[in-house]
Amino acid sequence: MSHSSVDHHRLRLVVRYTLLSLIALMFIFPLIFMLVSSLKPDHQLLADTASLRAFLPVGEISLANYYGAFERAPIVLFMMNSLLVTAVTVVLSLFCCSMAGFSFVYLNWRGKSVAFSIILATLIVPFETIAIPMLLMVSKLPWIGFDGLTWGWLNTYRVQVIPFIADGLTIFLFTQYFKDLPRELIEAARVEGSSWWQVYWRIVMPLSGPVIATAAILKFLVMYNQYLWPIMVTQQEQYRPVLVGLQYFFQLNTAWGEVMAYLTLITLPVLAFYLVLQRAFIASIASTGVKG
Amino acid sequence: MQKNSSSLTQHNRSGWLFALPGFGLMMLFIVVPFVFAIVFSMTNQRLISPNPTQFVGFENYRQLLSVNLLVLDPVSTEAGELKQNADGTLTYPRIRTFTRNNPDYPHLQGMKEWFSWQWQDKQVAILASDPVFMKAVVNTFLFVLVVAPLQGAFALALALLINQRLKGINVYRAIYFMPVVVSIVVVSILWRFIYDGQNGLLNNLLHSVSFGHLAPVDWLGNPDTALGSIMAMSIWQAVGFHMVIWLSGLQTISPTLYEAAKIEGASGWQTFRYVTWPGLKNTAVLVLIVITMQAFALFAQIDVMTNGGPLDSTQTIVFQAVERGYGKQDISGGSAISVVLFVIVLSISLLQRHFTREKK
Amino acid sequence: MKTKIMKNVLLASTIPLLSMGSINGFAATELSLWYHGAGNPVEAKIIDQIVADFNASQSNWKVALQSFPQESYNDSVIAAALAGNLPDILDVDGPVMPNWAWAGYLQPLNINSAAIEDFLPGTKGYWDGQLYSLGLWDAAVAMITRKSTLMEANIRIPTLAQPWTLTEFNAALATLKQTGKYDYPFDPGLAWKGEWFPYAFSPFLQSFGGDIIDRESYQTAEGVLNGDEAIAFGEWWQMLFQKGYSPGNSQDSADRETGLVEGKYAIQWNGNWTALNMLKAFGDDVLFLPAPDFGHGPKIGAASWQFGVSASTSYPQGAADFIQFATQDRYMTAFSDAIGLIPPTKTAAAASEHYRQGAPMATFFELSAQQAVLRPVTPGYVVAAKVFEKALADIADGADVVDTLDNAADEINQDIRRNLGYGH
Repeated sequence: MSHSSVDHHRLRLVVRYTLLSLIALMFIFPLIFMLVSSLKPDHQLLADTASLRAFLPVGEISLANYYGAFERAPIVLFMMNSLLVTAVTVVLSLFCCSMAGFSFVYLNWRGKSVAFSIILATLIVPFETIAIPMLLMVSKLPWIGFDGLTWGWLNTYRVQVIPFIADGLTIFLFTQYFKDLPRELIEAARVEGSSWWQVYWRIVMPLSGPVIATAAILKFLVMYNQYLWPIMVTQQEQYRPVLVGLQYFFQLNTAWGEVMAYLTLITLPVLAFYLVLQRAFIASIASTGVKG
Repeated sequence: MQKNSSSLTQHNRSGWLFALPGFGLMMLFIVVPFVFAIVFSMTNQRLISPNPTQFVGFENYRQLLSVNLLVLDPVSTEAGELKQNADGTLTYPRIRTFTRNNPDYPHLQGMKEWFSWQWQDKQVAILASDPVFMKAVVNTFLFVLVVAPLQGAFALALALLINQRLKGINVYRAIYFMPVVVSIVVVSILWRFIYDGQNGLLNNLLHSVSFGHLAPVDWLGNPDTALGSIMAMSIWQAVGFHMVIWLSGLQTISPTLYEAAKIEGASGWQTFRYVTWPGLKNTAVLVLIVITMQAFALFAQIDVMTNGGPLDSTQTIVFQAVERGYGKQDISGGSAISVVLFVIVLSISLLQRHFTREKK
Repeated sequence: MKTKIMKNVLLASTIPLLSMGSINGFAATELSLWYHGAGNPVEAKIIDQIVADFNASQSNWKVALQSFPQESYNDSVIAAALAGNLPDILDVDGPVMPNWAWAGYLQPLNINSAAIEDFLPGTKGYWDGQLYSLGLWDAAVAMITRKSTLMEANIRIPTLAQPWTLTEFNAALATLKQTGKYDYPFDPGLAWKGEWFPYAFSPFLQSFGGDIIDRESYQTAEGVLNGDEAIAFGEWWQMLFQKGYSPGNSQDSADRETGLVEGKYAIQWNGNWTALNMLKAFGDDVLFLPAPDFGHGPKIGAASWQFGVSASTSYPQGAADFIQFATQDRYMTAFSDAIGLIPPTKTAAAASEHYRQGAPMATFFELSAQQAVLRPVTPGYVVAAKVFEKALADIADGADVVDTLDNAADEINQDIRRNLGYGH
């Protein structure tokens, strides 16, 4: 290789990394602004938006906003609620939706294509538009728990979980993935006398790591960011999730530093969760073969 | 739906059992409430009211969707000449004289001006019983038409950029994906600081880049820039997600095809045009569908950033549905909007399906 | 391995799922109380104190407090009402009360009218001839500025007896604009969306001679919201923004909070709840001035948050007892001292730090007593307020004044018809 082509190669690398880094900057700067602002007192935070100082931890840096935020709202409670509701929904969702997907792909049954069409149609119903009928309904649903039969689901965790377990997109993701699994494996298992449940649980699910990760993260994001529904169904503080907690910070004289601190606090767990899983996740989405 | 090669037999019982938990929950928590919404949309149901609910048929839809045309002649003086304003423009009678208790125009009763233009010396006005909703429909379509291709294209560009063997590429990939994992509400709050008209981050950046030549723009306060600003932010927030879907598509393309292209001496563009793009057809359909559906549901950004203003330039269909149903306590009107949205998106996806099917 | 984890997660999550309900076993009957002050530690302290004192003062009732963030309080209550899940006692924003009373969420409040005779009118919520709600404070809005600002610009300092006239006020704005010292001479506060618009700005409209709804019949807005007086108001309102006198809809809420202190604005239309901060910032120099008289006398909005009894409670007497207990002078004074709210009675005002005779904020008490006008007392107010807010926002953005007000009047009338006259 000649000398100039090495230089050329190096130059191209520099250009590439510069381009990549510039784009990265575009994607990350609001988050840096959030993090840095959470460390500044209000007057400085607002004054700093006029210059590059908005992105630099300079001036009167302290954790005062975090102390203030913890005083204003039971943040730990809200986070625990959100994480609990999110985790339970994700797990149950993975079960129900993968089973439905399995049924749609591998089993023949009467009404299947109608049912599948209905599921696809639900993809285009935004939640906001059915919230009120749903509220009227859940307020009258029965439940059997430790204190016997009770009516109405308001002010519970279940009202934040059960309606969101099954959704069209998750089922759709599973069907798309299952379609591409090698059918011979399943047929072989059936020939050997495995029940459908065994096929599902022992063969199909262990092969579905990628789609499970994808569906889990998408569901996690939806559930962790719930807002409208919890306002309607949680009248007691003990059940409220993080985005309802955000409202505690918008008072007549909003303490913006505390808002930034709270935003940072509620964003961190998701970012951490994502950063830990990101390799598996991106690899998984990429191999999920979502091919339309 | 699926060809089942394992057997020709039916597995009704197993099939139903497996599908039941997911399908049943969806019926109960999505389909049933939506059927309620359809029923509400045919009544005068209010969120709060002691008045009895009545069936009103399609009245809510008529109220929402009626459009009419009115052609106005310019006002003449007694001498029969056209009356002119000081600046030479013609004057026209007020539209409200036609739309309010005018026995000659009963079909225009209660309508309002949506938009109008000059045609020769006449004024042509398009009237609607609900111009705000009409603007919301137009804005929503604008949003979809701009965001869907742009977001798809940017995402593809990012995917091509990130789909190379470079040290540390994973870090970049993670950063590009980061906005996706942040709540859209949080994102909207942060971007209010960026778009602020007086000392917002964006204005300050433009100011220093242009050495003070660009005057600050009130991004969210100006009807000409508000919707565009929200589009830009929405693209920024979700582009990482679609980048990853494109990546998955890219990785299904066999490396041997690229090698063949290389041997034939294809340029970068030719490789993309004849190898990459054909391999991405299915992914493209998926990306387009997902973006379109998300774009039609545009709500949170509007709610946090503009409330539909300024001058209705950021009204959207879902925002109007919520504003009617909750804000103005008009559940039936809000439900009618939901149903209209459903019908619109359903028609579009049926069309999309029709066209993608024909090509096969 | 994987399945084990999944099982554990499932188990762990079902425990809290199942263990709800069952908080019983008090001798006293429990009364639930909803309040809009979540996230405000100062308010929380006082309300907690009232509840504790009440519970200790007798043995029949035990009040349990549940706080909500104010931004979503009304949504929470409406959702709860739809679901048949209202508490025994709830607080309600004054102008919204008729809506909830008409809808059957509230029942009349059984408190002797003699006992509350000397309360400020804005603290008593009447609908259909009956008392439904009672407040521990009122709020008032004033033109806040600095003596030095006006003196330097040679502008007359108005008094309650002789407020600014329209011409005087416009001239003052022009003068202040000319000084070039301020970004905007007058900040009405468009950054605050929602109820602030009708609360703070409909009194301007009323002072011009218009209104949101015709208060004779409560059946129409025609002629009052789009009559000549209202159009004059609309044109004046638009002028504020076109001439650059006032920051518009996209005003930064941070600027709203700090703009006056930082000298960006010369005069600010703001509530007594900010008065404490202003006193701190300006000391003796601060002025709390009455609204200008735009032709039909100076007006400000009345009524703030009040307590009412839910229609579904089985214990209306206990609820009323609590409300009566809470509206003692000492609690009203405590709220006033802590967050600067106006005490409803002369005696509570006399005992308060900021409103006693000669105290800096005493003006507000007089403002409230003399100029305060209730927002239209009708269940239709909730929708009318939204329509009004949008109309004012659009006019500020440059929409045609006459068309906008005509359309607003039409929309309000249509809503009234669809609600069969709202029970008037």
